[in-house]
Amino acid sequence: MPGDLLERLRARLADEGREAVFAHGLLAVQIPREALLDTANLLKEGFGFDLFLDVTAVDWPDRDPRFDVVYHLYSTRDHVRVRLKTTVPGTDPVVDTLVPLFGAAAYMERECHDMLGIRFRGNEDLRPILLYEGFEGHPLRKDYPKEREQPLVRYRE
Amino acid sequence: MNSSDQNKGAFEYLTTRKDELVGWARKFSLFPYPFVTACCAMEFMSVSSTMYDTDRFGAALPRFSPRQADLLMVVGTITHKQAPVLRRVYEQMCEPKWVMAFGVCATSGGFYRNYAALQGIDKIIPVDVYIPGCPPRPESVIDGIMQLQEKIAGSSHPIVSDRF
Repeated sequence: MPGDLLERLRARLADEGREAVFAHGLLAVQIPREALLDTANLLKEGFGFDLFLDVTAVDWPDRDPRFDVVYHLYSTRDHVRVRLKTTVPGTDPVVDTLVPLFGAAAYMERECHDMLGIRFRGNEDLRPILLYEGFEGHPLRKDYPKEREQPLVRYRE
Repeated sequence: MNSSDQNKGAFEYLTTRKDELVGWARKFSLFPYPFVTACCAMEFMSVSSTMYDTDRFGAALPRFSPRQADLLMVVGTITHKQAPVLRRVYEQMCEPKWVMAFGVCATSGGFYRNYAALQGIDKIIPVDVYIPGCPPRPESVIDGIMQLQEKIAGSSHPIVSDRF
């Protein structure tokens, strides 16, 4: 099944710098960030990837563009997973939100914004979800100091 | 020796005996409030149920309101986001009150050293007894309870004022 699906994905995605491969035991699709909404829509409507599993990001401090934004989708019809990857620069870490396609993306985009500071254009509710109001910086970025703490309660003497 | 010295001596004798009596009563009627946040909860359940049975030490009945409790058991990792809640729970407890740091996370942050974990609850509230271990064996917890009982028995217990 994955081999057949990979061929069909390649046939549909072979344009605009989009690329489908089989890597680390998973279908993987690498796209430019402008193509994110279109590609996610195609995967959902055309290939049956109807379950949004996760969105996260990877920080490559010495690379340009600095961040990978990684989505995982699952097909409840074919029982197949796909990894959808795009890159954003550190100076402008913005991608389109996938909330119109997958409601489940709302909370996960909030977490990704908390931890790595990726902004999701169109997601109106990016309040902290795991961190708290007033927390400065993004702790999973490689340049966040390992031992920096931001306590809410004043310490005893 | 004049009569006022005699009175003072008698008063101190009575106060000491009163402290012993109240301490004896209090050390066998601890009402724990379990502030349980993490995996140490499993050991807490183990130590409070039949096999090890903290009821033998009069510390079995958990009160799920801090206003009815006098022993705050902090069981598990406390994050900076939770710290205001823990502080508030402590402030709601009536005197006399004692605090037990159950496991290394509550004691010192344990192996968590990052943006999220509070490095020991004694940074925000006073602690009477620390129990090391990840998680501590039930025997350690019982040892901790007994040390706390000794501490309670040996301290003064003002009831209406500092003088009596």
